[in-house]
Amino acid sequence: MRRKTALDGIVALVILLLIVQVWVLSATLDAFLAGHRDAALPGAITGGVLFAATVGMYWFALRIDRAG
Amino acid sequence: MIQLDEKRSESRREPLWQDEFSVFTERERFVNRRQLIKFLTLTSLGMFAGNVWILIRSWLRRDQTYPRQEIAHTGEIPVGDVKLFHYPNAKEQCLLIRTSDDNYVAYSQKCTHLSCAVYFSREDNQLICPCHNGRFSIRDGAVIQGPPTRALPHVVIERRGEQLIAVSMSGKLEG
Repeated sequence: MRRKTALDGIVALVILLLIVQVWVLSATLDAFLAGHRDAALPGAITGGVLFAATVGMYWFALRIDRAG
Repeated sequence: MIQLDEKRSESRREPLWQDEFSVFTERERFVNRRQLIKFLTLTSLGMFAGNVWILIRSWLRRDQTYPRQEIAHTGEIPVGDVKLFHYPNAKEQCLLIRTSDDNYVAYSQKCTHLSCAVYFSREDNQLICPCHNGRFSIRDGAVIQGPPTRALPHVVIERRGEQLIAVSMSGKLEG
């Protein structure tokens, strides 16, 4: 039961991270197409951090799986 | 828990589809959650790759230089009229508009919404996209109404004697 709750929490958190990542990607693309190229680097860094957080969540889910 | 582990070890011998769509409700829910997280992680990787692609493109375009290109002679087009020209390459069509006796403006003809060709409406004194009725200001190419969110790319013109020369662009569209 605790494992199920933890996995539910991970799924919710990953979905939240993905929503933020969609926003970051669309905002960066919009800025780039408008000719503001300086937004590309902060966008890539933020995207990388969000991806790392998602991988961390996935790794945590695998650990729960192995512990079970 | 022990029962679940037994069922899981039994399923190792089963084909993949039976393993993934197990008849045991508890196990099926568990597998589906894990697969969902995996899929979401791959989606996140795809979006990160998109961000990296934008970064690479922005670095490649940073040093882009525009050619100097004669596009018209003063007096070649009457006031309120338009001349089409290609800039900075043969694929990109642009509009040169004579707004007054002594004033010329030029913009990319490609709408920033879905790349339809915009035209100059003399009655409205605006650049209009016929596809979705997007309207752009003739003064600076800014969006006045409609679905586009970005201004039209502006061609910077230099006047040398009687020659009108395109020297660069601002807010250039991709593709």
